[in-house]
Amino acid sequence: MIDFCGLQLAHPIVNGSGTFDAIAARRAFGDALLAAFPFSAFVSKTITLHPRDGNPPPRLWETPAGMINSIGLPNRGLQGYLEHDLPQLAQLPVALITNVMGSTAQEVALLVEAVGDRDEIAAIELNVSCPNVRTGLDIGADPGSLAELMRAVRPLSAKPLIVKLTPSTADVGAVAAAAEAEGADAVSLINTLRATALHPAAVRRAPRRWLGGGAGGLSGPAIRAIALAQVTAVAGKVTIPIVGMGGVGSGRHAQDLLSAGATLVAVGTESFRDPAAGSRIAAELKSLQIANVADMYEAQVEVDLNSVDSA
Amino acid sequence: MRTLAPFGRRRVAVTGAEDVGPYRVLHAADPDGPAPWPGQFYMLASAERWGAGVDERPFLPRAFSFLHATQGRLSFMLEDVGPGTRRLAELVAGDGLQIVGPLGRGFSAPRDGRVAILVGGGIGIPPLVAWARALTEGGVAVRGLLGFRDAAHAQAARLLASAPIRVATDDGSVGRHGLVTELLAGELHDASELRAQHGDGTVATVYSCGPPAMLEAVRVLCAARGVPAQLALEAGMACGFGACYGCAVPLREGGYARVCVDGPVIDAARLLAVPAR
Repeated sequence: MIDFCGLQLAHPIVNGSGTFDAIAARRAFGDALLAAFPFSAFVSKTITLHPRDGNPPPRLWETPAGMINSIGLPNRGLQGYLEHDLPQLAQLPVALITNVMGSTAQEVALLVEAVGDRDEIAAIELNVSCPNVRTGLDIGADPGSLAELMRAVRPLSAKPLIVKLTPSTADVGAVAAAAEAEGADAVSLINTLRATALHPAAVRRAPRRWLGGGAGGLSGPAIRAIALAQVTAVAGKVTIPIVGMGGVGSGRHAQDLLSAGATLVAVGTESFRDPAAGSRIAAELKSLQIANVADMYEAQVEVDLNSVDSA
Repeated sequence: MRTLAPFGRRRVAVTGAEDVGPYRVLHAADPDGPAPWPGQFYMLASAERWGAGVDERPFLPRAFSFLHATQGRLSFMLEDVGPGTRRLAELVAGDGLQIVGPLGRGFSAPRDGRVAILVGGGIGIPPLVAWARALTEGGVAVRGLLGFRDAAHAQAARLLASAPIRVATDDGSVGRHGLVTELLAGELHDASELRAQHGDGTVATVYSCGPPAMLEAVRVLCAARGVPAQLALEAGMACGFGACYGCAVPLREGGYARVCVDGPVIDAARLLAVPAR
């Protein structure tokens, strides 16, 4: 078992917010999903105070080794989530982490209070990749804005509070340190990187952007090396647990993020390619770790033999 | 209308492939998979060398409605139009195929249980072939209206051999010179003939799959004539099981449906419009 902010998790693999809809997956796969649930905790998609339809299509673009999504955070809103989604998510065999986003500190406060009241929810993740209405900067891009938000919402819930960091910032370590200083229990990173694509049929004559939302977020193997660098940077600045993510598609990739200092690893885009990717990656990670322990014993034996030789 | 998929991706063996005009029909053995319902789809990726093609793609699996599914054998029809379909079109007997499915909601029976008009365009005909078979077995009268670019593509019309069909081509090289929706307009105009043949109260149900512009024309035509229509939609999707929210289509009631879990077969009356690509 792994201790993460007081939650006891069966293995280190969770899902990235917005990359797995457990309710829809149960419609497609039935209760087989519950019997072989691929994650040790389930992170909900982002919930906002009011319902959102999301962006007009097209919403996706395949890139070299990855994809851009411009989904626009469709969700039923706080009330819809609590009344419709939560009873279904409470049936999952793992702890539930609810991800919330607000465009003002007041909105975030309402979300944190309401979500914090529900026993079915084990922890709260704050999506801070949202512009500060005053500065126009993403709250999560600016240590000062994030500290201000944390001071407003931290006292409102005793549940573990995870801050989902944006990679689009000058110094992600400084933002993480601000989150820790203001009482965050954990940080998660990286979110997608801002990206866009032009319409393939209209590039020369009348260039226009492909995605209905104009731009979106890049994910997949294309961002894996960036995730490793950012997790390494954050691990050097905080002592709270880190949920590392970005392009993880195998146990080796997960091990890299753990080696860089993460406590948990989230799988996102790879689940689109294989709904059970989380289970596979957790199993690969386990056999890697067993092999590592065996290697260590062997290395130890070699050291012992060497010391015998030299004695 | 929906068969549940086994959870996760499974590797199956390609058992063969053949050309049907410019299209490629791919066969695979899925002995442990459940029997899908017509209109459902699978996410496909080659087991080897999926990726590292042109532009370091493909990366995501590709969605295909099944063409045939009998006794653990699945068939899909595809056309080489990009890095994903190119790679799938290369597969030969013995190659590995990664599949997830069957996914989504398929077709449902005609309202009056008597007459079905299938309207297909080009690469959109596979789900109609699968549905025609089920309808015919169920005693429903089936007529097929198929549109293609030219005579070469129209060779795929023979896949719907179980039903009386009429063909239209863009270049007039075979069948009617024009659009398949013109055939449909004529067919719906002859509703009195339908009633004479099949009894009073007969209302044909239209089932359609094809390019977005064709589906939108079918939707508008059926709405104008008060004919129920079920459209098998296609949309770019990353996952096929409701996770990515990429395959949104706008609904008349507001908001969006996800083609993968709310469709791919959706009642035309629910749609605001079929989104253009």
